[in-house]
Order: sequence, then C-alpha cells, then structure tokens
Amino acid sequence: MNSAHDLGGTHGHGSVDQSKIVNFSDAWERKVFGMTLASGMLGKWNLDESRYARETMDPGDYLNSSYYEHWLHGLEQLLLTKGLITEQEMETGILAGENTGIAVQAHRIPDILNKGTPVNMETVQPPKFSGGSRVLVRNFNPKSHTRAPRYIRGRQGVVASHHGACIFADQHAKTGEKVPMHLYSIRFEAAEVWGVEDAEPNVSLHLDLFESYLETAP
Amino acid sequence: MPDSPLPHHSHGPSDIELRVERLEKLLVNKGLVDPAAIDALVDAYENRIGPKNGARAVAKAWTDNRYKNRLLENATRAIMELGYQGRQGEHMQVVENTEKVHNMVVCTLCSCYPWPVLGLPPAWYKASSYRARAVSEPRAVLAEFGVALAEDVEIRVWDSTAEIRYLVLPLRPAGTEDLNEDELATLVTRNSMIGTGLVQAPKFEL
Repeated sequence: MNSAHDLGGTHGHGSVDQSKIVNFSDAWERKVFGMTLASGMLGKWNLDESRYARETMDPGDYLNSSYYEHWLHGLEQLLLTKGLITEQEMETGILAGENTGIAVQAHRIPDILNKGTPVNMETVQPPKFSGGSRVLVRNFNPKSHTRAPRYIRGRQGVVASHHGACIFADQHAKTGEKVPMHLYSIRFEAAEVWGVEDAEPNVSLHLDLFESYLETAP
Repeated sequence: MPDSPLPHHSHGPSDIELRVERLEKLLVNKGLVDPAAIDALVDAYENRIGPKNGARAVAKAWTDNRYKNRLLENATRAIMELGYQGRQGEHMQVVENTEKVHNMVVCTLCSCYPWPVLGLPPAWYKASSYRARAVSEPRAVLAEFGVALAEDVEIRVWDSTAEIRYLVLPLRPAGTEDLNEDELATLVTRNSMIGTGLVQAPKFEL
C-alpha cells in the first residue's frame, strides 16, 4: 500500500537526530515491544501481517507518532481482527470472556528467539532471471501490503544475485498463505532512480525484490 | 491487589501509558501473554543481544582470513559459529567495505535490522529522516555522521526490503596491526556496522 510508512526518498524530515540512540525511550515502549513479540509467538499471525497492520495506521498519525506507537496500533488491530480480544475489552481493559491459558511461558523465550522464523522455501519453478539480467520493476500500486517501495517501481536495474525462493511477503500479509517466490538482489544506479539532476554521484542502491515485481527490461 | 499510589508527578500517566497498561492487564488476564515473558524479551535485547556480538564477528574477520571468507560466503552460518542466531538474523549477508566501496544499511519501509548481531536499532535508524534520506542522499546523511568520502568511493546503500539482514564489515583502521582480536572488537562501533561510521584507531597519549 502507498502510505506514510513508504518513506524512501521523501522530503521534509530534517536532519538525522543522532542523539536518539537508545531503542526504548520510555517504560511503555518496553511493554509494547514485549507484548508484541509475546503475542506474535501465539502463532495467530505472521510478521508480514504485523507489518501490514502497522501500515494501516492513519498516515498523518503515522508520521506524527513514535515507532512503538506504530507497533501498538498494529498489535491492537491484529488482536481484534484475529478475534483474540473484543473492542469492548480493549476499551475497558476488563476481561469479558474466559482466560484462554495459551500464553507462551517465559522459559520458552530464549529458545524461540534462537530458532527465529526462516522464510526460505523450496520450489520446482526455475528462476526467471539470473545474475547480470537487466530488469524493470513493474509499475503497480496495490492497496495491500507490498515490499516494493514506490521509489523503485518503474526503474531499471541489474540482477546482482539470486537469493533462492522465499515466502512471498505480499501474499503472506494478505492471506497468511506461504507461497514460494524467487527473490533477487537488484542493483540500481542512483541516477536511474532519482534522475541525473538530483542523484548524488557514484551511489548505487541494492534492494531485495520478489520475482513477481520484475520483468525483463525492454 | 490494592491500587498503587499515584506517582508524585505534577501530572499523571499519559494517554499512551494508560492505553498500554490497560492492554497489558487484559492480555495477562486473558492468558494471552505471560508477564514474565515480556520481561524476558526486554531483558534479552536490553542486556544480552547487542552490537558487541557484531563487533566480535568483525574483529574475527579482521584477524582470521579464513573466517572472513566464510563470513562473506555464508554469513548466517559464520555468525552462528560465534553463537549468534535467530530472530531477525535468519538470513544474514555481510557486505565488505574497501578503499573503493562503502556500504550503508537502511530499511525504508519499516526498520528491519540484524538483531542477533546488533540488537535493537537506535531510535534514529527507525525515524523518518534516516529512512527517507539514506536512499536518496546517502552522502549528505554520512556527512551528518561525520563521514566524508571521496567521490571515487562508491556508496552502496542496502534497503532491507525482504528478510535478508545486512551487516557491514568495516575497514580495519591503519595503526592497529599490533592489536589482537579482543582489543580490535572494542574499537568496532555500532554505526560502523550500519555503515554510518568508520572505525578509528585508538589514540594513545604520549
């Protein structure tokens, strides 16, 4: 979706505030981080659905709020849409149903973090592109989640490497389905992306893009 | 449990604090989240998993050429050799700085970052300015970080748009030939592994 989260190349944000070093600036941010990961471990949604849920925030609010406010919004949305809590419970904080007893216990956390969630998959489909192929990123504007930023659509680049097949994030966010899709590292020259007038000299951009985003360059 | 007394502030908790508190209470009462799990998660990333892990991999690569080759060939496996792995580091790639190439990492769409080797990102990495500008004016961003590179040095910006996570292998500074792996590791900064810094040799007082 084309919303405020898709920040690459947008203007007006000022300089980078390097004094903002710590990850958590407040106790509530720690809570949101912990609750989001712990709830995610229930297996009711995947990481792409989490990202999608954060992106659905009102674009004005997104830009005017902190990172963990995005996470809080995403967590609330997922808990509601997956039916784990009701609107009324969220507003009051008072339990209406029963204790589900499904919480992931603290002693399991280190093991779950260590395992992670690999996304590589097997596919019989051969890759369409190989190293050195010139590709064009398709012009498409889905209202749902995509990992093709706006600034790269319609641009041409060169396949630098093939990462194998991975879970296709766009589909994963929409339906939870794990569909294998070839993933490539594509190199773009900054002048191709930003135009010769505005690009900085001797800069290249490298993005990991799914095969369905790409076609052979004309 | 009795209500705890109000804090002695001139104002009470903010709206967001109340919203988070309410949600936490609900999730715990509903048996969806173990409060000890929240603490365990925060503790893991505040106290155990951080840039010291990445610095170890960098220092090892600087002193052991065979390890460096493994790191560049299959970073996920080479980093696992040091005991670092898992969430947000399932598919690692190490990109090497040279005299002619400088690498820099961003995630314009969310804030993807290699957690097992760098921990959680600094707030500036997640903020709009860095996410917007790292791809369109990386040299200007680097200059703000005090990194000035000649035009003949290519800047490669890695936008983490899928699940591959990037770690920059910075240049080993001149004048560190006598330092061992542990000593080198203390020089490696977080920014140098994101690509917004260079590693400096220690300054000895005469």
